[in-house]
Amino acid sequence: MYLSQEEERTLSGECGKTSRRMMEILVALGDIYGAERLIPVRSVQIAGVSFKNIGDAGLEWIRDLNGQVVVPSILNPAGMDLCRWQEMGISEEFASKQLQTVEAYRRLGITIDCTCTPYQIYDELARPGDHLAWSESSAVSYANSVIGARTNREGGPSALAAALIGKTPAYGYHLDECRRPTHLIKVDADLAGSDYGALGFVAGRIVKDGVPLFRLRSRPLRDELKALGAAMAASGSVALYYVEGVTFSPPLPLESEETLSLGREEIEEVYEHHPGSGAEIVALGCPHCSVQELERVADLLEEKKVTKELWICTARKTAEARPDLVRKIEASGARVLCDTCMVVSPASERFSKMLVNSGKALSYLPGLCGVKAGFSSTKDCIRAATEEGPA
Amino acid sequence: MREIRCHKVASGCASGPALCTREAISFLGNVDPETGKVVDPSHELYGECICGKVLIFPGGKGSTVGSYVIYRLQKRGLAPAAMVNLRSEAIVAVGAIISGIPLVDRVPEEVLQLERGTWVKVDADQGTIAISE
Repeated sequence: MYLSQEEERTLSGECGKTSRRMMEILVALGDIYGAERLIPVRSVQIAGVSFKNIGDAGLEWIRDLNGQVVVPSILNPAGMDLCRWQEMGISEEFASKQLQTVEAYRRLGITIDCTCTPYQIYDELARPGDHLAWSESSAVSYANSVIGARTNREGGPSALAAALIGKTPAYGYHLDECRRPTHLIKVDADLAGSDYGALGFVAGRIVKDGVPLFRLRSRPLRDELKALGAAMAASGSVALYYVEGVTFSPPLPLESEETLSLGREEIEEVYEHHPGSGAEIVALGCPHCSVQELERVADLLEEKKVTKELWICTARKTAEARPDLVRKIEASGARVLCDTCMVVSPASERFSKMLVNSGKALSYLPGLCGVKAGFSSTKDCIRAATEEGPA
Repeated sequence: MREIRCHKVASGCASGPALCTREAISFLGNVDPETGKVVDPSHELYGECICGKVLIFPGGKGSTVGSYVIYRLQKRGLAPAAMVNLRSEAIVAVGAIISGIPLVDRVPEEVLQLERGTWVKVDADQGTIAISE
């Protein structure tokens, strides 16, 4: 890989031990993936925030670093609401470690927004054509597919390296040749809301790490694209997709003639195979709710009281933008949780079954939290959370 | 003693007894960070302790959290002395770099079949593996 003189100096340790290690990470990854050079990034979103995932060693590693980020950098969701963790049943020990982790990131100059939807709270972090180093798989998918920016799916350390150096190796989704569609998926059904999560759940398993191009009958809204991408990134490892007539067009035509047809039946199977019966908790906001989704939840909860635990997960800045909606939602007894979600918080582990409207949460809850998952539309989730008797 | 050329991924030089597998390793899930043992019953190395070994495997797989698991192992003194891959991928590469564990790749496949316990010296900086025979 070609390195500039300045990059060579950093690699030789002239700029300190942390910069050296960070440059080593970027160069090693560039080498592995055949990058020719490093490219500047506009922003970084860093994984490895929930203490549940990184543990003591991860915290120690972050604490051992010295330096300041050189591009705008924000965080992935944490293992708890940073203010209301007690209500979530989080232990003091975990809370202390989680707050120390966030503090260790703050010390490096990182903005403390813990969210998988950075694009819902800041416009300037990603614009069409920008190179980014983002981590969270649904945010990566959204940035690549809906915003038209370019990012690989970074691990925690490689994202942090990009934040401290301001660059990332140019390989993978930074290059046109890797942004070429690999599968054409025709969907002959009218889809809405959580149907897109179901479609993503199915499509991700089929295309794995491919780049699907969808030909849809219905026209997805931004939140529906968010759900589609999130689910495909979880059931497969899709980091980029296209929807004809909706998203940006591919830079290169379809690679193969591999065409798949899906219909109502495949979508319905996702609901049928994951019934909500027996769920003790309902959780929405995977990925984090937008203002529009909070509005819808608030409307559905109007004049209702919850009969089960109901979590609505969102970014703190989104909640702060609409205190009226938070009040409306919480008047039902539901909780609007910020900075965290059901997938990364240990608070989920005390439940045996959770009902969700997200194809991503559906994929991850059993494996990451040991929690069974049911899948329903937002409306049915709210109904289950507010009806008498078991779900 | 024979020497094999390889490609440096993470710098350093270390030696130890070889522990080889033909299966990829997901450090998150396959290896217990508290004991350094392979705890996945379906893995070829099930029950083996990787601590102090020259761990030779095709490459990593699974969650990126695996990088931190390698770091945790190192902090507890339970990490491999060095690692050798056919082709390193990001999880193991990053884990090795942040932990200061020598890691090399691009070795011939026969290296995966070294007898366990064979003494191996990995010199990532020189790009060589020395095998005692």
